[in-house]
Amino acid sequence: MDFRVAIPSSRIAAAIFAALLAALIVAPFWAGRQDLRLMSEMYDYLALASLWNLLAGYAGLVSVGQQAFVGLGAYLLFAATMLAGLHPFVAVPLCGLAGAAVAVPVAGLMFRLRGHYFAIGTWVVAEVFRLIASQISALGGGSGISLPASIVISMAPTREMREFTMYWMALALASLVLVAMIALLRSRYGLALTANRDNELAARSNGIDVTRIKLIVYVMTAFGTAMVGAVIFLQKLRISPATAFDVNDWTAFVIFITVIGGIGRVEGPLVGVIVFFALRQTLADLGSIYLMILGGIAIAVMLKAPKGICGWLADRFGWELVPLTRRVDFSIRSNDDNASRGLPKTYEA
Amino acid sequence: MIDWINIIIQGVLVGGLYAMFAAGLSLIFGVMRLVNIAHGDLIVLAAYVSLIVCDTLGINALASIVVVVPVMAVIGYGLQRVLLNRALSDDVLSPLLITFGLSIIIQNGLLEFATADSRRLQAGAIEIESIPLGTDVAIGTLPLIQFVVAVGVIAGLQYLLYYTAIGRAFRATSDDQQVAQLMGLDNRHVFALAMALSLAVVAVAGVLLAVRTNFDPSIGPARLIFGFEAVIIGGLGSLWGTLVGGVILGVAQAIGAQIDPGWQLLAGHLVFLGILAVRPEGLFSKVQG
Repeated sequence: MDFRVAIPSSRIAAAIFAALLAALIVAPFWAGRQDLRLMSEMYDYLALASLWNLLAGYAGLVSVGQQAFVGLGAYLLFAATMLAGLHPFVAVPLCGLAGAAVAVPVAGLMFRLRGHYFAIGTWVVAEVFRLIASQISALGGGSGISLPASIVISMAPTREMREFTMYWMALALASLVLVAMIALLRSRYGLALTANRDNELAARSNGIDVTRIKLIVYVMTAFGTAMVGAVIFLQKLRISPATAFDVNDWTAFVIFITVIGGIGRVEGPLVGVIVFFALRQTLADLGSIYLMILGGIAIAVMLKAPKGICGWLADRFGWELVPLTRRVDFSIRSNDDNASRGLPKTYEA
Repeated sequence: MIDWINIIIQGVLVGGLYAMFAAGLSLIFGVMRLVNIAHGDLIVLAAYVSLIVCDTLGINALASIVVVVPVMAVIGYGLQRVLLNRALSDDVLSPLLITFGLSIIIQNGLLEFATADSRRLQAGAIEIESIPLGTDVAIGTLPLIQFVVAVGVIAGLQYLLYYTAIGRAFRATSDDQQVAQLMGLDNRHVFALAMALSLAVVAVAGVLLAVRTNFDPSIGPARLIFGFEAVIIGGLGSLWGTLVGGVILGVAQAIGAQIDPGWQLLAGHLVFLGILAVRPEGLFSKVQG
């Protein structure tokens, strides 16, 4: 029987996204300074959480050491601008490339550890990076350093323009991460990743080179995470080993966002970021009790609704914000479309 | 030269402590394939429990072990029955994230109720006593006691695992959960006993740690990492391996600290990564990771 495997795409959803993005691009003209800062921070977290989601939710690589790449990107940015004299806008993508290059040998070591031990191993790597960073006296050693005024001014002459530029950078990066991720997941690599997410053994026995795909995802994630780290600390203008490699800020919160929203779903981090920032804006004054509440919520979600808010909505109502589910369409007689997607010619039903 | 002998002895003795961190971690991984991210924070919790016991009963910190061990064991049993048994599943994610959440709760709970102040347990005059070995080398009495206790704890665990009924239950469950259940073992109970035992070891380690150095609510994760490194260096599944792993880590840190104070932790991590590169299964591995 002839049929076609296709991912339905929704024009309405795409139009809503486009309208929302347009509104966010012009936000500097309708939002206040504080709002812009908060929104930039949300974009940073959206990017970090999406990247972690790809790593843990799809490739099954549960890392609790992604702060290694946030800090690495941040430190490389400061090194590239202060020591090598590069313009910050040139430096940010270079930080991503350097992060990806570092990720290759790191993966070589970490992939020797299985499952849980991989997680703690990545944490050790982050600690190693932090300790090395605090040995570099040219970048302030253990106490950190501020970005010199000349570099700050080189981004844009006025403070207002700088803030707008930083906002657009954060928005661009988050959008880029999301678009790249959706494109990846709709490709045949995405099919392999989704298969791996659902059942690694079955994926392997269907001929997917799982180790290679995991390596690709790990390196790509490092590329993105290092760039986000560079942008975050370009916003902060000050760096120290303790802040750049903070496990709470760059891993615990990121995991919280992904798990609450729905791990293994593209729209999970989108929802998670909104929930996380809503909680933070209302409860952060409670200090350590606020963090205990976050820990408690994360545990409760893992026990009661392990697929998060989006997973629960999808199971219950069939809602899917970003259509990625492949559906079989029997109404098609030709195989040509499948061939162009890189899928095998025919499937036996 | 004499300096270096002293440093290496110090490192070996600290290694005993790391081996205890590792033994608790290794035990529960062996029995239920759970890596407890909150392990380090539970060590710190044990130190605080000891602090409370010392303050209320007015006893020596080392004597408080008698109380802290059963308290932590009960906490461990309860934690497993109420929370962690539900977290166990085939995927890596849920146990990892649940213990990660637990770690954050314990850390911030301690911060809330015990403040961020640095504390220390008092063990009396024994803290500064030492045993001279020859003219220039001396071993501190307290570090020596810690090391001997660590060896004793690991020997005890080894005996328990291989020569007692409960040890047989642990090993059976580790080998095949379903078959163990068919043979009449209640996995939930076996797991809870394993966690109780793990936290009993954690209790001893926590008190000894707190007598040795200052502690505050934030130091847990670093202890988890030391224990983890000792497990991997020694090889999964080998209790005596964890002792060797702990000693290697302790010596590496002591030598690193001698070269440059900033290198103490880095040297330990680098030795761990080096061993992972050269011998990923660890030195005395019994099981496939």
